[in-house]
Amino acid sequence: MLQAGEWAYSETLKEHFMNPKNILQGENTDDFDGVGMEGNLQCGDQMMVVIKVDKAKDTITDCQWKTYGCASAIASTSVLSEMVKGRTLDAAFHISPKEVAQELGGLPDHKIHCSVLGDKALRAAINNYYTRNGQEDKVKQELVKVVCQCMNITDHDIEDAVLEGARTYFELQERTKCGTVCGQCKEETEVLLEKFKHIHFGA
Amino acid sequence: MKVYFDHNATTPLHPEVKKEMIAGMEMFGNPSSMHAYGREARANVEHARAQVANFIGAKENEIIFVGSGSEANNTVLSLFVCSSSQCIPGSRRSTIITTKIEHPCVLETAECLAHRGVKVKYLAVDRYGKIDLDQLASLLNDNVGLVSVMMANNEIGTLQDIETITKMVHESGAYMHTDAVQAVGKVPVDVRELGVDFLTISAHKIYGPKGVGALFVKQGIPYCPLIRGGHQERGRRAGTENTLGILGMARAVEMRMVEMPEEEERLHTLKQVLQKGIEERIDDISINGHPTDSLASTLNVSFTGVEGEAILLYLDLEGIAVSTGSACASGSLDPSHVLLATGVDAELAHGSIRFSMGRETTLQEVEYLLDVLPRVIKQIRNMSTAYIKGGLHATSR
Repeated sequence: MLQAGEWAYSETLKEHFMNPKNILQGENTDDFDGVGMEGNLQCGDQMMVVIKVDKAKDTITDCQWKTYGCASAIASTSVLSEMVKGRTLDAAFHISPKEVAQELGGLPDHKIHCSVLGDKALRAAINNYYTRNGQEDKVKQELVKVVCQCMNITDHDIEDAVLEGARTYFELQERTKCGTVCGQCKEETEVLLEKFKHIHFGA
Repeated sequence: MKVYFDHNATTPLHPEVKKEMIAGMEMFGNPSSMHAYGREARANVEHARAQVANFIGAKENEIIFVGSGSEANNTVLSLFVCSSSQCIPGSRRSTIITTKIEHPCVLETAECLAHRGVKVKYLAVDRYGKIDLDQLASLLNDNVGLVSVMMANNEIGTLQDIETITKMVHESGAYMHTDAVQAVGKVPVDVRELGVDFLTISAHKIYGPKGVGALFVKQGIPYCPLIRGGHQERGRRAGTENTLGILGMARAVEMRMVEMPEEEERLHTLKQVLQKGIEERIDDISINGHPTDSLASTLNVSFTGVEGEAILLYLDLEGIAVSTGSACASGSLDPSHVLLATGVDAELAHGSIRFSMGRETTLQEVEYLLDVLPRVIKQIRNMSTAYIKGGLHATSR
């Protein structure tokens, strides 16, 4: 008979979960040059990333975080905080969820969204730094917008669902599961639904 | 220290069950065979049937051995898509009523039936997980064929008043099913007192083996098998009997009859110690489920600002096994449908843990849990965004 197997997670992930690196202690973020937050508690995942920047070199010297979420969410932010130290702002901005997952030794499919939130929070922190330092021209907008944080449904997903036949909020939910957890995105989703119906079908 | 607080998921074999099954391993005959090997197996299966029937106040011919509680529940609900004259006339009474807090094996079967033309209505529950009898009364009419309400909820332990519900259901002319998987062996269950037409039991929740359960079908009630192609179980469930499992199940219910009365009070005391300990040692928590009409073994707690899977895995590292109905651990992103139905908000539902105790749970184990848990919660809250400056729960600290 076999003994208890390992967790569904890699050893690296487990190590970061057991001994998370660079947790922001206390509540004060005043010492940091950029602060970014993504996700929300209702959806079960929220991450905050704070960075210190060497202004002469445009490099990240310190990165700390807080995370509300499952083991892979905690480990993703922990490993991300290690990855960005010493990188230039531009290089850090382009870290992809895939790289975070790779660094963790892989993530189960249904946990990929955890690593997506971490690098989004990092980009928000970098944008926040640019804004604070009069470099608004460098602020980069997200190309896709996540509408439903809980199920990670973007405006593109909603557009696709409309193109595939969803005409009511209910039908949209059936296709995408959008708004099926906390429901906070209902109003925004309904506006998008009407918008895409109008654009594509003149309705 | 290794401690097991997940008895609602499954239980270890009772030592007596283990003994019985080890002895029974020599028995390999097919109960359908006419020779001595077969007759030995047949005798044991029928003896087991009598014991299970006796345990819930049923007659022997009202017990069908099945492969699991899920199979029993699937069988009952599926009676309603069959239009054979032997079956419940689905054409006339084509509505099923169930609740929002059933086990997925009921909810997903109901959803599937809905796609096949059966009308399904879901009863709401109050903040404690009790169904609304007024809503049930308003939904009952000539079109309703079956009502299925679980007796004890697996996540929060809330018990429903099945006797009253059954009376209402029968007055409207519909049949009544209860999924009693979490109730049988923990609280007294007598099918005649309850009056139900169908009742589901599972062996592995009461220190019996996995892969065997029983479905009670009241004599004279229309029935149609889910698994066909054999005369086993009087043609009601095809497939060679799981003789060893059935043997174990019978021994398990026998031991329940002996141990249950004393045990409920003991578990009730342990639950009070656990609840009080958590309330005293950890801030920002809430207890889910009914304060009194609830299983003595089950305590469900929501911890503000922490996510359930993180609690589960940190406790696992300390040798403590618990369960979360929440999101991440179960592989979906949805928080517990049971907690959401009771009106618990999504954030708290994400941070909920079910502690379920059993016959071998000791006060020392509860104390060990109470020792470890506050530290784990503190550790997770220290890294949670919920408690940062300006965060949702910052002011409460």
